[in-house]
Amino acid sequence: MLHLILFFIFAAVCIAAAINLLAQSHPINSALSLIVVMGSLAVLYLLLGAEFVAAIQIIVYAGAVMVLFVFVIMLLNAGTEEHSGKSYVAWFIGIPSVIALAALVVYSLLLHQGQTGNASVSSNSMIGSVQEIAKLLFGKFLLPFEVTSVLILIAIMGAVVLAKRGDN
Amino acid sequence: MLTYIVIAAIKSLVLIHVLLGAVAYTVWLERKVVGRIQNRWGPTRVGPFGLLQPIADGVKFILKEDLTPPYVYKPLFILAPFLAVVMALTSIAVIPLGGQLPLGRWSTGLQITSTADGTGDINIALLILLGVTSIAVYGIALAGWSSNNKYSLLGSLRASAQMISYELSLGLSLVGVLLLAGSLSLRKIVNTQSGGLVHWYIWPQLIGFFIYLVSAYAETNRIPFDLPEAETELVAGYHTEYSAMKFAMFFMAEYANMFTVACVATLLFFGGWSEPWPGLTPQSLPPLVKALAPLFWFALKVFVFIFVYIWVRGTLPRFRYDQLMAFGWKFLLPLAIANIIITSFIVAWQS
Amino acid sequence: MVPLSYYLGLSAVLFCLGVLGFLIRRSIITIFMSIELMLNAVNLSFVAFGAYLHTLNGQVFVFFVMVVAAAEAAVGLAIIIAVFRTRETLNVDRVNLLKL
Repeated sequence: MLHLILFFIFAAVCIAAAINLLAQSHPINSALSLIVVMGSLAVLYLLLGAEFVAAIQIIVYAGAVMVLFVFVIMLLNAGTEEHSGKSYVAWFIGIPSVIALAALVVYSLLLHQGQTGNASVSSNSMIGSVQEIAKLLFGKFLLPFEVTSVLILIAIMGAVVLAKRGDN
Repeated sequence: MLTYIVIAAIKSLVLIHVLLGAVAYTVWLERKVVGRIQNRWGPTRVGPFGLLQPIADGVKFILKEDLTPPYVYKPLFILAPFLAVVMALTSIAVIPLGGQLPLGRWSTGLQITSTADGTGDINIALLILLGVTSIAVYGIALAGWSSNNKYSLLGSLRASAQMISYELSLGLSLVGVLLLAGSLSLRKIVNTQSGGLVHWYIWPQLIGFFIYLVSAYAETNRIPFDLPEAETELVAGYHTEYSAMKFAMFFMAEYANMFTVACVATLLFFGGWSEPWPGLTPQSLPPLVKALAPLFWFALKVFVFIFVYIWVRGTLPRFRYDQLMAFGWKFLLPLAIANIIITSFIVAWQS
Repeated sequence: MVPLSYYLGLSAVLFCLGVLGFLIRRSIITIFMSIELMLNAVNLSFVAFGAYLHTLNGQVFVFFVMVVAAAEAAVGLAIIIAVFRTRETLNVDRVNLLKL
């Protein structure tokens, strides 16, 4: 019961912040709304028993990636975005079709709700503790883990090269 | 369930009041100690030894005019100091201060998030602390940006870049302790250090402690890393346009961060609430006092740590910004990684 | 107890909001943030399925998705800064000629 109440509260916060992200004209407000989305998603991960993922979501996503976004917005002094007025095709076709898609998916999910079970933390479910995830990461998923380290190295090199000023 | 929430709420209230009082008197301690290092008295006029100075400062902050400059971005201007203070005070929730505290019919652990027998704990307490320090960067970044002032913006960009750079070495320096303790839960880390002075993790992890100390100075924007908020640089950095209560909030946030960092250092490197020699606390005390004795040891160690903080503040000059970033990325980060590698080899070899 | 379909429904709604943001916004930084929203929605799906099937593989995969998202954000923002240096605009409609 408490899980259901908490889920609804934080799902509502998520959706409200995501709509706010779309509705705000200044990028900094959108960035702060995205941080709220990530925070409430971290709470939803805790409801699902994924404590390590929730902590990493706050540390990496909300605490590092979004800081990068806020930095770039502050550095480039991004102002409120202007309406180009070139074409409203995206508005007229995009909004109805995306809403239709979302409605279709949610309807089909709720239709088959009785056939799928529950997905909350209960007494016989696994808690995603650090030890268990470490066993998987360094055991079964060792190769992807090492490959992601190479990926991060490539990203660092790319960012350094791109951000350098090309003066001779 | 309801008693748990009520007891946790009472503990939070008590701890927040204690923390804010400690913050105010850390300011007094700093002014006295820095004054004595610089061969002058520090505050002496307000009350004996200047002990009422923080109260006078508090009254001043409340009564000063809280000015909002005209072209600031008001929502963020007001949000930023609140965010800084809230994040600084949130981290006290997971810090264990002792074992079990028997209070007649009820008993509770000396930690806001603990169960009645004093052993319940959060498995990822250390990660929560790291997460809270990551969010605290936003308070500074948004403060400088919303002030509509070039110097504030530059100061806040520098401060946030410094903070996120040193967060890495802060986190990595703690991994050595985690390898030795085998858990992220702060209570378990302290319990593996019980049994006296020789079991504390500062001896195997001396380099880790040094990296943690230096990264903590940079995280809390203290000398020798306080370039973003020094008065002689960039006017006053990110809190130039703030006055009265909002400035007091930034001030409180900085000292509360200092306190949190000192608490984490005592928990991880100095054995938390365990006494230096077993048997130092006499066994014939009433049970309530015996349960509060660990609190005394904890407070003593935190006090020593904060004294070292203030001592360094009075002694060292500050880093230039490029020296600061080079030190963080090119020296501390490789050293922290080397510490992890060596520690993991030793732990694997011993088991 | 929360049914699995509620989590998947929330994930679908967030993903569609991300797609909407990608289509209708004109500032490149907001478009990027919509991409991050889409990635977060997918993460929620992974963790929900992992909890439903009593396995931790979902959470490990979320770990990798986060790494990829962080790397992509870093490189993407570096590209944005490089483009801004020459074009001096953040509006995608104005970056429509190969040569200035």
